[in-house]
Amino acid sequence: MSGQVRLHQVGIPDTGESFCCPADMAVLEAMERASCKGIPVGCRNGGCGACKVQVRSGEYVRRKMSRAVLSPAEAAEGLALACRIYPLSDLQVTAVNPDAIAASVRKDVPNGFGSVAASVCTQPDEEK
Amino acid sequence: MALTGVLRPGHVALRVLEIEPALKHYANVLGMIETARDDQGRVFLKAWDEHDHHSVVLREADEAGMDYMGWKVDSPETLRKLAVDIEHSGLCSDLGWVPAGEHPETGERFRFTIPTGHVMELYAERTVVGNNCGTDGPELNPAPWPDGMKGIAPHRFDHCLLYGDDLDGTVKLFCEVLGFGVAEQVMAGPDNGFMIGAFLSCSNKAHDVAFIRQPVKGKFHHASFLLGSWEQVLKAGDILSRNRVSVDIGPTRHGITRGETIYFFDPSGNRNEVFAGGYAYYPDKPVITWTEAELGPAIFYHDRKLNERFLSVFT
Repeated sequence: MSGQVRLHQVGIPDTGESFCCPADMAVLEAMERASCKGIPVGCRNGGCGACKVQVRSGEYVRRKMSRAVLSPAEAAEGLALACRIYPLSDLQVTAVNPDAIAASVRKDVPNGFGSVAASVCTQPDEEK
Repeated sequence: MALTGVLRPGHVALRVLEIEPALKHYANVLGMIETARDDQGRVFLKAWDEHDHHSVVLREADEAGMDYMGWKVDSPETLRKLAVDIEHSGLCSDLGWVPAGEHPETGERFRFTIPTGHVMELYAERTVVGNNCGTDGPELNPAPWPDGMKGIAPHRFDHCLLYGDDLDGTVKLFCEVLGFGVAEQVMAGPDNGFMIGAFLSCSNKAHDVAFIRQPVKGKFHHASFLLGSWEQVLKAGDILSRNRVSVDIGPTRHGITRGETIYFFDPSGNRNEVFAGGYAYYPDKPVITWTEAELGPAIFYHDRKLNERFLSVFT
């Protein structure tokens, strides 16, 4: 151990946010610590898929992610879960479902349990 | 005996992405006791106050989520009868028997897939290993709790909450075939006539399993473990923070079942809960109904609103 961890810059062009991420910290954790909001936060542990991002540029190390939410084909296309990637360089990432937490159940579940969330969400429903 | 048929949730089998971080979580942080490993690499654990050999099964896999949930029934005769009843109901698919010994220290299990897509099992026999509280021998002059507990150390695996589409079919199965009752329900629609959540009991507990209607099959929302008091829920929050565990929400209180709760995620994103409180359920208790307009306090009584993650994050 050198005692020095490299710092990298992670940018989210869609929101204009950027934050610093040490090489030994997951991108999502660094984002939360910086109080940025550009990537939805779910389980933080590679299981739920809420924080799925397209990595536009940069290199990173991946930890194992649940195939139920990220297929090998998606991974090959540069998709990843932000909670399980560690930067090796500066990164540019885009959230795949920026409304994943707020909207996933709302739009798709007429009369489902989650449809009720619409009544407590401050953002208006977006119809496709 | 008065409590017959299906006795309690006996086990939950979870898929984890990496077994070692999962074991550190379930053994050191949650505080379950490892009782066996098998040649498939599965790890079997029990909570300290459970007498049977195991209640949580971990298996390393490429996906997170729940493989199946098991229910202990009162006798081999009941097991055979319920297997016939389930088959005759026509409500389930993929019925079959898992031979004795496939789980260590466990008799044969009857396995079936319920209308919401979850795999369930019934079994009647599992070796009793005790709770290690006896001072002059097993179950003899016991102390109130054993020495050497780790982490949060809940009393037992208590219930699961599961997401699936055919809620009506699953509720019909549990109530009309397996002998459960509806303790509480969440109703939506124009006349609050459409069930979107069901909290079911086979015992004296406020719930032994709960189902929420979502357009998915076989999804897992959380596995819950029982604590003895609100203070222990608060201490669980301390232990989770100290160990940098991903916390979902809490400590807070549920309107539904009145439980005091904290939710968190295992290292593969499977949600866990530890909780205390609630009430005693009896089969003649009037069904409690929550309307969708009051769903916020039904789930989180203090905030009176849902956190979105509670609804949309599952494995």
